[in-house]
Amino acid sequence: MLTIADKTFQSRLFTGTGKFSSAAVMEEALLASGSELVTVALRRVDVHDADDDILSHLTHGHIHLLPNTSGVRTAKEAVFAAQLAREALETNWLKLEIHPDPKYLMPDPIETLKATEELAKLGFVILPYIHADPVLCKRLEEAGASAVMPLGSPIGSNKGLKTIDFLEIIIEQSKVPVVVDAGIGAPSDAAKAMEIGADAVLVNTAIAVAGNPVAMAEAFKLAVQSGRMAYEARIGSKGNLAVASSPLTAFLDEL
Amino acid sequence: MSFKEEFARYSWDTVKEAIYAKTSADVERALTAPKRTLDDFMALVSPAAAGYLEPMAKLSRQLTRKRFGNTIQMYVPLYLSNECTNICTYCGFSLDNKVRRRTLTDSEILQEVDVIKSMGYEHVLLVTGEANQTVHVEYFKRVLERIRPHFAQVSMEVQPLDRDEYEELIPLGLHSVLVYQETYHQDDYRKHHPKGKKANFNYRLETPDRLGQAGIHKMGLGVLIGLEDWRTDSFFTALHLNYLEKTYWQTRYSLSFPRLRPFSGGLEPKVEMNDRELVQLICAYRIFNEEVELSLSTRESEKFRNHCIQLGVTSISAGSKTNPGGYAVEPESLEQFEISDERSPAEIAQMIREAGYEPVWKDWDASLILND
Repeated sequence: MLTIADKTFQSRLFTGTGKFSSAAVMEEALLASGSELVTVALRRVDVHDADDDILSHLTHGHIHLLPNTSGVRTAKEAVFAAQLAREALETNWLKLEIHPDPKYLMPDPIETLKATEELAKLGFVILPYIHADPVLCKRLEEAGASAVMPLGSPIGSNKGLKTIDFLEIIIEQSKVPVVVDAGIGAPSDAAKAMEIGADAVLVNTAIAVAGNPVAMAEAFKLAVQSGRMAYEARIGSKGNLAVASSPLTAFLDEL
Repeated sequence: MSFKEEFARYSWDTVKEAIYAKTSADVERALTAPKRTLDDFMALVSPAAAGYLEPMAKLSRQLTRKRFGNTIQMYVPLYLSNECTNICTYCGFSLDNKVRRRTLTDSEILQEVDVIKSMGYEHVLLVTGEANQTVHVEYFKRVLERIRPHFAQVSMEVQPLDRDEYEELIPLGLHSVLVYQETYHQDDYRKHHPKGKKANFNYRLETPDRLGQAGIHKMGLGVLIGLEDWRTDSFFTALHLNYLEKTYWQTRYSLSFPRLRPFSGGLEPKVEMNDRELVQLICAYRIFNEEVELSLSTRESEKFRNHCIQLGVTSISAGSKTNPGGYAVEPESLEQFEISDERSPAEIAQMIREAGYEPVWKDWDASLILND
């Protein structure tokens, strides 16, 4: 079971709410995914409207909202948006995303660290979205992040785990859960992330724009489960340890 | 350094020749390239690409879905004023056009806002002519303060302003500014804008630089199709976009491709662009730039719009009025141009859903711009 801050999760698949063809399809897909943590962009929802199309489709006991700060460009804007989200959505959980580059949506490491320091003081449970930078992950951990969310490849690119070598270092070093976010394009990518020891993955585009989002959500659910099982079962090593025909250490027996 | 210097490195005639010299081999290379260059864009808008419309449409649709998902953004224009001190040969608000001039007062604006809100809109585009004596930055400041509480997102399509003026307006909630060059052909530009501040080609050309320097969240570019060769003008639009993306990397961009529409006493298009060609241009823009937003107004017909939302367009308007007071205050006054698709926002939203997309009314939040 995965624990982040005060919550435990049966499902290690976190999901998003963007890009779906309708709120009804989104709801059905999220239910099929079994996801218990669902991120919602403050910019997309009307927090003052009880009938908001997205929010009203997320009212299930097992689904926790993870508001995100998409759209902000600085730490200052992020802190302001976070406080609004906390008040309106009644959760102190936050996916901190500061991507001042609207083309590739690359996260700003400097502003993210500053905002994490601020928000930690204000009592937020912070999950920052960042590049797969091991040092930054340690700095965020020290600043009070409850998990780190390094990217596999650019958001929405479906390119898979292009950063895998750095993800492995982050997973090895991290004291907080590591959630691989962004770029996961197929269930096999999600399974791979889980196999290398990620604590969870966050998937949105690959489910939302699939030909059948509901079936794809279930496929991701199974892939995440199977990847985690494989990780826990300890995957056999790939190295070639065959015995050489003339053993280098055979002389030891003769001494 | 501004776009003026970059622009000066290109000659209209050379670009035009290069576009018309593109071959089907160039088009095929552009379609299969992992990253497309400006040279590829030339091939995609060239006559040689006409035979590749179907593969272009398929690729454009696929790239658009990957980036924008199954969604279409909704916005609506709110015309605040038709006062104008410019002569533009193609525009209903031109100084020499005998129409009754009107600039909405605060209370009139709120009447219009009520109607727009009742249609479901959260994103409004404020539009004016250019009348710097009455419709100036102080007027815009007052309007933004009045409008901001009612909308999640406020955009503007007004006269070009100075950088410090944009810097005053942005903290009041201004999210995006559209400023169309109309044409990048300088001689032709002079011909169509003989009088008024708009006659200054370079001041307009450098407006996106001033917006970028002021830190605007989004800006929209485009040319008025019909004034000059659309292929060459679109190349310069793409060149401008490329320059801006690299220079003002924190800003997002949208493109429009308005075709000249008739108005009473107005200019006939010099260069016709047919529907197939407009589809070619939309797909070319998308294949060239996977992230740019593409916007289509009610200038275009019902049937055309129904299909274009599946080919690369990411945002559309509906139920638009192009006259100040058109929603509530004075619906019968003269429009800037005739709209073609007259369906209501609800009908358009229904059409979008039937096509398998979600109409998105809100994709910004007023709280994301700090007022300090």
